[in-house]
Amino acid sequence: MSTIPVINIKNITKMYTMGDTEVHALAGVSLHINKNEYVAIMGPSGSGKSTLMNILGCLDTPTSGLYEFNSVNVSEMNDNELAKIRNKEIGFVFQTFNLLARSDALHNVELPLIYGGYSSRDRKERAHEALRRVGLEDRMHHKPNELSGGQRQRVAIARALVTHPSIILADEPTGNLDTKTGEEIMGLFEELHSEGNTIILVTHEEYIAEHADRIIRVRDGNVEKDEQVRNRKRLNDNAGVLV
Amino acid sequence: MRAFSYNIAFYLAELREGLSIAFHAIRANKMRSILTTLGIVIGIVSVTLMGTAIEGLNRAFNESVGKLGADVLFVQKFPWQGDEDWATLRNRPDIRFEHARAVERNATLASNITTVAGARQPIRYGNKIVESIVVVGTDDEFDDTQNLSLALGRFMSAAEAGGGRPVTVLGSQIAENLFPSENPLGKTVKIGNYSYRVIGVIDKQGNLLGMESLDNRAYVPINRFFREFKSFRGGMDIWVKVADRTQVEDAKEELRGILRKARHLAPKAKDNFAINQQEIIVQLFNAIGGVVAGVGLFITGLSLFVGGIGIMNIMFVSVTERTKEIGIRKAIGAPRRTILMQFLMESAALCLLGGILGIAIAFPLSLIIDTVLPTAMPLSVVVIAILISIVVGIVSGFLPAYRASRLDPVDALRYE
Repeated sequence: MSTIPVINIKNITKMYTMGDTEVHALAGVSLHINKNEYVAIMGPSGSGKSTLMNILGCLDTPTSGLYEFNSVNVSEMNDNELAKIRNKEIGFVFQTFNLLARSDALHNVELPLIYGGYSSRDRKERAHEALRRVGLEDRMHHKPNELSGGQRQRVAIARALVTHPSIILADEPTGNLDTKTGEEIMGLFEELHSEGNTIILVTHEEYIAEHADRIIRVRDGNVEKDEQVRNRKRLNDNAGVLV
Repeated sequence: MRAFSYNIAFYLAELREGLSIAFHAIRANKMRSILTTLGIVIGIVSVTLMGTAIEGLNRAFNESVGKLGADVLFVQKFPWQGDEDWATLRNRPDIRFEHARAVERNATLASNITTVAGARQPIRYGNKIVESIVVVGTDDEFDDTQNLSLALGRFMSAAEAGGGRPVTVLGSQIAENLFPSENPLGKTVKIGNYSYRVIGVIDKQGNLLGMESLDNRAYVPINRFFREFKSFRGGMDIWVKVADRTQVEDAKEELRGILRKARHLAPKAKDNFAINQQEIIVQLFNAIGGVVAGVGLFITGLSLFVGGIGIMNIMFVSVTERTKEIGIRKAIGAPRRTILMQFLMESAALCLLGGILGIAIAFPLSLIIDTVLPTAMPLSVVVIAILISIVVGIVSGFLPAYRASRLDPVDALRYE
């Protein structure tokens, strides 16, 4: 193999104990994701898809198995080391946006940089740039409740982009948006992908997953299917700039 | 160097973020913050007032005991402090003129030596009467030993003292009571059954240890005193003012030697007299005062403790309410320490607010205390109160903050 994968997991398992019973959320999953891939992870609820996403996002650690992120073994890292990886290498986009309600867009985008230890000037500069990138330069000082759903998700995407992470991990990013706004957001992801970003999209909607190059289908804690998308859905290239 | 400045910048950014979060959180829950802070306010008010009162008590004491003079040694029959048996003390021979004369002859380190004896008597002028004053028999050196200043007239002269002339110097309170609208100088008053001519009035002096008014005294020559008010066998005190303050201990030793000789004590016999000094009272007071202060501060400290529990309680609520926010912050890379700091700062800020409010309330109250005890809230109490409130905030915020910092990001994000 010529390129080193961004994500390399081998035989990952995750077990939960619920009362007396043990639940195998993941029963030995292995996969690679390379730089600048656009991958969708699909699966019905209870398939282990969320658990996989949490582990990929370094929010959780596997019960057993190996997880290498950029060739670094993260499967046995402690909380603070994982926090550092999340801060520097992973950009999260959530279904419910997860913005801080009392802070304006600019501060929300700055937040990862604060935890990353950037100087105030660098933070402002980068946050401005990220907000410009998602087309919200004129909404910087609005609080989340003064923004539409689509705009909120754009702020969240700007927050994910601002540290120039190795991967962007989007969990049902269009789940709380109407179809049209959802399409716009998908267009934005496409642009980010074409600019060289690695994107992992978690969804249960087939038509959303079809935006990706590759779909990994998860069922009962196993990878059921891992295939390239032949007829990739392409949106208008300008979609990302539309508001 | 680069890494160092990078770290400083990082901590500063983190600190500013923490402060702004704390500020927003307190403002967002105004009512709750005020009610929670009330416990701290009450705690700080009671602790600062207690501190102020103790300070006032100390000052009042020092001012009062200062009237005795740090450089005056009191040769008396009984010690001011000690655990000697009362029966043995009672059988000690009195202090007499001959002892005073021996001191006068031999003391090299003394600047003034005076003999003092006292008795309670009524004093009369015309139809005015003061039932119970302290008549002090003494000599012409007394005013120098005590640094008395006179409002009117003069103190008794050596001739008057030696000759036992019927002259008296009045305390300011007696003069006020007997001569509300007259000049007392030259007037004749009756002390007990005997007539005395007023030759001076002493400036207002105040109380000695809050008990006996120094202004309710009349001074007469000691010879006459023993003739008219008290049998000689009552004995007297010898007050010795030391010339050089740094030689008080040496003077005490010298005095002891002179007295032992004058009282014919065998080399191994115990002293049968006491040389008292202000320091004994100071030590006694410090021992008692320390206990009083400790108990007082402990009891008022309890209210602060209760306030701290209130803060802890509300911080637990705050952490639970903001579980989702904690999840978001953790997801985007906030380490545990940052979350911990954030909540510690919030509770510290809450308590600091309480501390400042508490001082703002306690200050005017301390002015009321000032009317009884000579005190103003000392800056040290203010500073300590502020520090204590911050410490209370950090201590009571620690458990909730620690819990927040340990939250699992996945669970926290899922929390609604």
